Amino acid sequence: MLKLHHFHGGLRLDGHKAESLGRELQQASLPERLFLPLRQHIGDHNKPLVKIGDRVLKGQVIAADSALICAAVHAPTSGTICAIANYPVAHPSGQADTCIVIDVDGEDDTVEPSLADLDNLTPVEMTELICRAGIVGLGGAVFPTSPKLSRGKVQGIDTLIINGVECEPYITCDDTLMRYNAAEVVRGSGYLQQILSPRTTFIGIEDNKPEAIAAMKQALAQHPLPNTEIVSIPTIYPSGGEKQLVQILTGKEVPHGQLAFDIGIFCQNVGTCASITRALEKDEPLISRVVTITGDNITQPGNWEVRLGTPISHLIELAGGYRHGASGQLVMGGSMMGFSLSGSEVPIVKASNCIMVMREDTIPKSPGYHDECIRCGKCTEVCPAQLLPQQLYWHARAKAYERTQEFHLFDCIECGCCSTVCPSRIPLVQYYRAAKSEIRAARKAQFKSDHARRRFEFREQRLLLKKQQDEERRRLKREALEKRKSLSGETAGGADPVQAALDRVKARKKSAREDSR
Amino acid sequence: MTSVVVSSPYVAQGNTLKRLMIQVIIALLPGTLAYAWYFGPGVIINICLAVLLALAFEAGILKLRAKPIMPQLTDCSAVVAAWLFALCLPMHSPWWLVLVGIGFTMVAGKHLYGGLGFNPFNPAMVGYVVLLISFPREMTTWYLPNSVSGESLGLLDALAYSFAGADIRQWDALASATPLDQVKTGVAQGISISEIRLSPVFGDFAGKGWEWIAFWWFIGGLWLLFTRTIRWHIPTAVLVAVLAMSLLFYLLDPEVYVSPVFHLLSGAVVIGAFFIATDPVTAATTDWGRIYYGLLIGFLIYVIRVWGGYPDGVAFAVLLANMCVPLIDYYTQPRIYGEK
Repeated sequence: MLKLHHFHGGLRLDGHKAESLGRELQQASLPERLFLPLRQHIGDHNKPLVKIGDRVLKGQVIAADSALICAAVHAPTSGTICAIANYPVAHPSGQADTCIVIDVDGEDDTVEPSLADLDNLTPVEMTELICRAGIVGLGGAVFPTSPKLSRGKVQGIDTLIINGVECEPYITCDDTLMRYNAAEVVRGSGYLQQILSPRTTFIGIEDNKPEAIAAMKQALAQHPLPNTEIVSIPTIYPSGGEKQLVQILTGKEVPHGQLAFDIGIFCQNVGTCASITRALEKDEPLISRVVTITGDNITQPGNWEVRLGTPISHLIELAGGYRHGASGQLVMGGSMMGFSLSGSEVPIVKASNCIMVMREDTIPKSPGYHDECIRCGKCTEVCPAQLLPQQLYWHARAKAYERTQEFHLFDCIECGCCSTVCPSRIPLVQYYRAAKSEIRAARKAQFKSDHARRRFEFREQRLLLKKQQDEERRRLKREALEKRKSLSGETAGGADPVQAALDRVKARKKSAREDSR
Repeated sequence: MTSVVVSSPYVAQGNTLKRLMIQVIIALLPGTLAYAWYFGPGVIINICLAVLLALAFEAGILKLRAKPIMPQLTDCSAVVAAWLFALCLPMHSPWWLVLVGIGFTMVAGKHLYGGLGFNPFNPAMVGYVVLLISFPREMTTWYLPNSVSGESLGLLDALAYSFAGADIRQWDALASATPLDQVKTGVAQGISISEIRLSPVFGDFAGKGWEWIAFWWFIGGLWLLFTRTIRWHIPTAVLVAVLAMSLLFYLLDPEVYVSPVFHLLSGAVVIGAFFIATDPVTAATTDWGRIYYGLLIGFLIYVIRVWGGYPDGVAFAVLLANMCVPLIDYYTQPRIYGEK
């Protein structure tokens, strides 16, 4: 039995998981149109590879880019491209982004799969297949999986951690996936082992998911993996955070400013494992995912396997519509780290693990009045990053951004524990997010102005150099002239130079006249 | 449909400021009742008067500052500050003394710095120290416990004294220096501790009455710890420092330095450790910072008691430690995750 370690702080929260676990995993029907944002991952923008009017098949690449940190977008079903334009997307800012819109034809015609001989693939070839399938981390960070694998392979991996913790309230998509699709998760973990060849593998699952643990154990028994252990960990939010999970399972801390694979640990979400299995075994790219629809304003909460690009309004219909009234406050993600959506037309993307449909009075419209910080330190007790949130708040509020960085603002993982326990109800994380974006904007502006300054200084330098060179040239010329003058003066024996010049001109004119004759 | 963007977490917060303050008030009840039991109803009058005046001052100054009045008025922070302030006063105090003290507590101690959360000094201690320095006679007129004097002021007598300025001389027989004061003056006159302790004001461990009030403050303090209203660092550090200092000198010469038990159960050490030094606004906030802060307070209490000009030193010790808080906090930042 593995000895588990503790991470600092954290909270025991009301999970709100039972609501959406009442029914089996269901297949969501196809909507009339799918809206696929060009960028659904961390990294560079994709470029569309189709144009309006094209017919696309299920699994066909419709947007890609050659950048390293990038993940292609595939058509989730067959249909016709009817628009490539800006539409609302799932982003905290509520901004629109470029989407490829597919008019669904309902045929679901698939690209002919080309199945690889998995036993004879090298790790590089497997990583390449995962790259082609557009797979990203489905736990929320949506970092493209293939560059992460390549880097992990280079660094050398000692421990592979499969993250089935799902610590955030309301979300049950990973739980559902493990209950009904454990085999795919286990086989996907096997493929990761094949690529990374770790010494040990842990599959971490919170102990509030006994059904998922049982299903995974059964799947592992049927498809045994070497040195692999399913570990039930205590339910303390945010145990599913990568750094926290690393600490729980290995007792190691990811050093400040480094990533898990710098200490030989590779973490991947269970959902990602399942999509790796599909990509390698069926040549099916990432075109669907499990999404939890839950909240206090949805009639039938549950989990659906949803094609990417499906508008949330379609899912709300599938889940029986709003329970109260004709609308609700929509949140993508869980109650601790999710963000409000601008409306129900927003499509499901690779990052959409959960859609919370809440009553509008459950979620305050604006932060409103809050008491002042009394420095009670409850935030410090719960902070998993071991920061001093009340000091951070103090400096963030005073816009003393340098001080916030001294107090490690950028080590904040925005888990929301501090805001939850604050007796003065201060929206602390909101202050930190605002401070972070201000600092990032200032850095960007600083970078631009530095760049401009460097260019200006370079130009000044260049002009100065040119001036000096010109002067030097003039000086040399002058000196040469003077030298010649003094030389010619010596040879001419002090003859009048003006007279000599006049004579030369006369002689030239004369010869010119002779020539013209 | 377009909804307003609100930032997560989206959780109903149950742990409110008011709930914390109410826990403190609950924890103050047993000690306060014990106080009234041993010394008569004067302390209750002081508390009621101080609370009413504090709320009036709070409302008035919030109005002057054009701030929302009701949220702060109902958060009970003024009630706690006034209650603690009133407990510092002699059990029978004239109304104007309470007025001046609570005025300084609320206006100078709290709102002139920006109100709750912004005051660097413990407001109740500010009000108390202003009185102690300005009105030494009124502030040092203490009374014997009922069990020693055999009689006590009834509610009406106490009210008459507080509000009508009833003649104090008829109760002169009941007035007495506190046990701490008696020890201090006795030692200064060269009397040995064992002789000083023959005075009827001394009980089994410390002053009669006082020792049991301290016990009930301790029970209230345990309640605060149990409900996680405060954490263990500050009270433990204060008590350990007082214990260590008094034990050291007691072992050197028990006829000049009074016993550690007497120090712990006299004056404001226990209430100070659990209720006053733990005021979160003015205390250090890091774990180690709180320990240093508590140790400093305990150390200063003993130094002021034994070598200072006042018989007790909790208020001065707390205010001096308050000054050191920014420094303590800065140098005791915890190691963050992943930092070596």
